[in-house]
Amino acid sequence: MSDSAVTTKKDWTSDQEVRWCPGCGDYSILTAMQLLMPELGTRREDTVFVSGIGCAARFPYYMNTYGLHAIHGRSPAIATGLAMARRDLDVWVVGGDGDMLSIGGNHLIHALRRNVNLTILLFNNQIYGLTKGQYSPTSEVGKVTKSTPMGSLDTPFNPISVALGAEASFVARTHDMDRAHMQEVFRRAHNHRGAAIVEVYQNCNVFNDGAFAALTKKDARAHMLIPLVHAEPVRFGPDGERGVILDDGVARIVSVDEVGVEALHVHDETAEDLSVAFALSRLADDRQSPTPIGVYCAVDRLEYGGGIDAQIAAAQADRGPGDLDALLHSLPTWEVN
Amino acid sequence: MINTEELLPEVREVERIIVRFAGDSGDGMQLTGDRFTSASALFGNDLATLPEFPAEIRAPAGTLAGVSAFQVHISDHDITTPGDAPNVLVTMNPAAMMAELPRLESGGTIIVNTDAFNERNLAKAGYQVNPLEDGSLDGYSVITAPMTDLTKQVCKDLGVKPRDAERSKNFFALGLVSWLFSRPTDPSLHWIREKFAGRDAVIAANEAAFKAGHAFGETAELSASRLAVRPARFDPGTYTNINGNTALSWGLIAASQKAGIPIFLGSYPITPASDILHELAKHKNFGVRTLQAEDEIAAIGAALGASYGGHLGVTATSGPGLALKGETLGLAVSLELPLVVIDIQRGGPSTGLPTKTEAADLMMAHYGRHGEAPLPIVSANSPSDCFRAAFEAVRIAVRYRTPVILLSDGYLANGTEPWRLPVAKDLPNIPVDFASSANALNEDGEEVFWPYVRNDDLARPWAVPGTENLMHRIGGIEKEDGTGNISYDPENHGRMVAIRDERIKKVADSYPPTVVEGDSDADAVIVGWGSTWGAITSAIGRMRRAGDKVARVHLTNLYPLPNDLGDILRRFETVIVPEMNLGQLSKILRAEYLVDAKSICKVEGQPFTAAELHQQFREMTQ
Repeated sequence: MSDSAVTTKKDWTSDQEVRWCPGCGDYSILTAMQLLMPELGTRREDTVFVSGIGCAARFPYYMNTYGLHAIHGRSPAIATGLAMARRDLDVWVVGGDGDMLSIGGNHLIHALRRNVNLTILLFNNQIYGLTKGQYSPTSEVGKVTKSTPMGSLDTPFNPISVALGAEASFVARTHDMDRAHMQEVFRRAHNHRGAAIVEVYQNCNVFNDGAFAALTKKDARAHMLIPLVHAEPVRFGPDGERGVILDDGVARIVSVDEVGVEALHVHDETAEDLSVAFALSRLADDRQSPTPIGVYCAVDRLEYGGGIDAQIAAAQADRGPGDLDALLHSLPTWEVN
Repeated sequence: MINTEELLPEVREVERIIVRFAGDSGDGMQLTGDRFTSASALFGNDLATLPEFPAEIRAPAGTLAGVSAFQVHISDHDITTPGDAPNVLVTMNPAAMMAELPRLESGGTIIVNTDAFNERNLAKAGYQVNPLEDGSLDGYSVITAPMTDLTKQVCKDLGVKPRDAERSKNFFALGLVSWLFSRPTDPSLHWIREKFAGRDAVIAANEAAFKAGHAFGETAELSASRLAVRPARFDPGTYTNINGNTALSWGLIAASQKAGIPIFLGSYPITPASDILHELAKHKNFGVRTLQAEDEIAAIGAALGASYGGHLGVTATSGPGLALKGETLGLAVSLELPLVVIDIQRGGPSTGLPTKTEAADLMMAHYGRHGEAPLPIVSANSPSDCFRAAFEAVRIAVRYRTPVILLSDGYLANGTEPWRLPVAKDLPNIPVDFASSANALNEDGEEVFWPYVRNDDLARPWAVPGTENLMHRIGGIEKEDGTGNISYDPENHGRMVAIRDERIKKVADSYPPTVVEGDSDADAVIVGWGSTWGAITSAIGRMRRAGDKVARVHLTNLYPLPNDLGDILRRFETVIVPEMNLGQLSKILRAEYLVDAKSICKVEGQPFTAAELHQQFREMTQ
């Protein structure tokens, strides 16, 4: 494929048979991605999908790009090495809530704080699918599963709050029922320099069907999804009748009529202080309440690989490119004749 | 400079001396030993060192737990170990005396900082009575000096506060020992000025202390005579004194230069491997990328990711870290990508003895992964040999597209020896051939790229992202032979397991013939690996000089073992394997070759001494 070639969805589709359960939300995410790729103007050979283990982690096999299906939880670490070594590549990381927030939680937060140039897609279905239905670190308290017959006791992670707490420079949320929204958010994440993380509400129709239905089914969206639009007041509802205010640092949902439009919080995704983004993320502590979607934050911060490359360039400018003989003679030496 | 030769002609020449510096962790004994070593190296002696320090950065002052020691063996001939019993012991406090005196040769020389032998320190060390006063040291030659007081006195005129001055007392000791062993003083004075450049008070205090120590030797009527060790005869060349971790880091850089691919080091700080991270981080002008990862798993993961991208992925750790890397090593075996994993072995299990040496990770290197997951293992023999071992590990990793484990240990990591420097242009190139084109035909007769098509070495193509038309997907799931597609087919799995096994065994085809040293007509052969090289060399030298016949083989490629090793071992009646573990190589040799390998084991956090091995070899061969 040459630089100028125009690609289609087919060019980005591998020859492998897709093996997710029929009806899985992953299909629509895959389609959104394969349709988006030709629009990004990137090349297939410069694109790498890295994944861990889980249903979501099969994603790379279906993209006609370079792909590395690694081991459980480790994809952010492996992708960190790849992205640091090869800044010319587009490195995507795909994983589920167990992969990214349980076994790989440590790698995720460190990739985010370092601001490695990665686009991380976290498919959150609030359940373990590939191991057949145990509760996950994002499952709601009281979740009855095979491993928690009397209900789970653990407080779940809110992935957006975790990412913000980990100093992520780009944090967004989308869902598998809205291809256009997914594509827009994925595009933004891709174009961000540094670590971008997108939480995708994804339905597991076998083990946790309808987990997000109250938010994402067509007739509910206007009532339940709060679109975050940069420089716009945060409001939602079929007629924009509800909105979000900041009340002593806490985000609250209000009636626009009662408080007036001027009182609404105006979203600033570029705010370097992430505390407002964090407050917004706390609005959605359960999946039955109105939930902000879109870009929580998009902050410009030193990209890690670029920082490393700058240090290498500075070292070479200072000392010249490495000279092996000079290195070998860099400690005190003596001659024997 | 003080010309001591003219002032004091009564210098006795000896072939070699072993000096052990011992004091509290805060007394600067490592630095003192290191400076004495450097001066001796520049003077032209052969030498070997053994630093020993507690895991605590500052153990309670004055206690036995806080004793830090540095042993150096200097010689006018080729030596391979830091020596057995020291001839001279420098004790900066009673705890050092209590802990270290048993090592000293009988009748040896003790140099004592008497100022530290007060009631409080004596009690902390467990002395009821001051050993300087109760006659218990009568069999030794004792040199006493109030080092702390004398250092404070010379610093007073310089305007240095007494508290700061006290810190310079190790330079007093260094000056005294330099006098005693007729070391040139210039290198140490020069070093002080360079090391503390910009801190004039510190330079002045250290210089004054050093000179005071030297002058003390000249003016005090010491019972011990001065000794001198002539320069050793070395092969012509340029030499430097180097420790194992530095040599290893340089070996990696050299290999990266010769392969034309940059190093990516992922590492998590761990004793005694951290110095590799520190050293490589200094050399960014070679294009080296270092990542201090969030944990051991991320460290190897990032290195593997970099290898996938066409860089030389390296991770450095010690035993506990290698345990954590096991899963990713399995992935690397499955992905068949180059990767170098360095294990600077230390005492185990668990946290074990972080600052002490051991070589008990051989079985973990061999088998510490689930499934059939073979990979090559390389080991280093001596501090400077770490350079060769690192180069060899990279050569194998790149040519055979495989993770390689490189075993060093705490003794090699921190020990030093003179090293004749190689010349960069004489080092062999390491060819790297990234895939660039299709390598198979699909069912429709179209040219395609399959990631698991193999060359004569059974290595698969290294096709890095960014290469046009070679897009492919690989992972840890079993792959179909050739295409690399996911395959759960039972026969295919059997075939892939066999190929992975065979392709690593083929690495042995690239080794030079195994060298058998010593007497080829001996009944016994000593088979060693790793840092036991020095002590074995010294021990069999003693045997052969006494007329006892013995042969030796020292293995540097521990997996796959050399193709000719079985025949070699079967030529000998007795096979003896000294190891710093409970017989791990011995077990492997027994399993591979059905030879009755006999173990000599030492797992005490200390290297073998030549004397120990000499005695055991004699007993086992008579």
